[in-house]
Amino acid sequence: MVHLTGEEKSAVTALWGKVNVEEVGGEALGRLLVVYPWTQRFFESFGDLSTADAVMKNANVKKHGKKVLASFSEGLKHLDDLKGTFAALSELHCDKLHVDPENFRLLGNVLVVVLARHFGKEFTPELQSAYQKVVAGVATALAHKYH
Amino acid sequence: MVLSPADKTNVKGTWAKVGNHGAEFGAEALERMFTSFPSTKTYFSHFDLGHGSAQIKGHGKKVADALTKAVGHIDNLPDALSELSDLHAHELRVDPVNFKLLSHCLLVTLALHLPADFTPSVHASLDKFLASVSTVLTSKYR
Repeated sequence: MVHLTGEEKSAVTALWGKVNVEEVGGEALGRLLVVYPWTQRFFESFGDLSTADAVMKNANVKKHGKKVLASFSEGLKHLDDLKGTFAALSELHCDKLHVDPENFRLLGNVLVVVLARHFGKEFTPELQSAYQKVVAGVATALAHKYH
Repeated sequence: MVLSPADKTNVKGTWAKVGNHGAEFGAEALERMFTSFPSTKTYFSHFDLGHGSAQIKGHGKKVADALTKAVGHIDNLPDALSELSDLHAHELRVDPVNFKLLSHCLLVTLALHLPADFTPSVHASLDKFLASVSTVLTSKYR
């Protein structure tokens, strides 16, 4: 459960309304794979990930980034029940995908950096703080069903 | 973790673009860290942490100057940061987890102010550089 004030929730939603989910999703996932190359271990079937340029232009990365961020978008509509919202995805990431939850934290922080890059000064310290709570909440929810 | 020649070029290039905004960016990164990660404020109970605080500005400049020194001696960080390393180990004793939090906020600040320059490769190089600096600053802890 994420503890955001009414103001924070409005600010988070307002900014998200301006996000191009496809573009930001692709950029965030791409940057994750470039900045933390060990995360590529989950994407061996994606094709050429050999250079930063190859990663950022990779169609599979863009497609998957869009999928991931669309799911995150859904979470933003249910900030009061992230664990419920992400229960099935949590089981999937544990039982089938075998993803270390640390990766959710890494991706969350990369997303924050991407939002800062896109929105500049509009991404105030207070807005960053609200988003840090959201990404932490989503990461925790995705790890919740791990066993 | 080793900084490649390309990493060093990226870091120096970015720092040149920071120019004389170092103190301002340092202060902003600190403010972002205090706002997003309130536990970090525990090390600054003696500071006025309000927005625009002179103490945060002063400390931002200190952080920026240390990073400028690190960039200038990127081939030998342990030597260049030896005194700061002693200070953090024996006086400040900041828990190592906090270096990641400040590093993250420094990346956010740089991405925000230098969006076109903050390419994925530069992002990676800066993350590695800040992690290297953090490792040196915590290297004498025990």
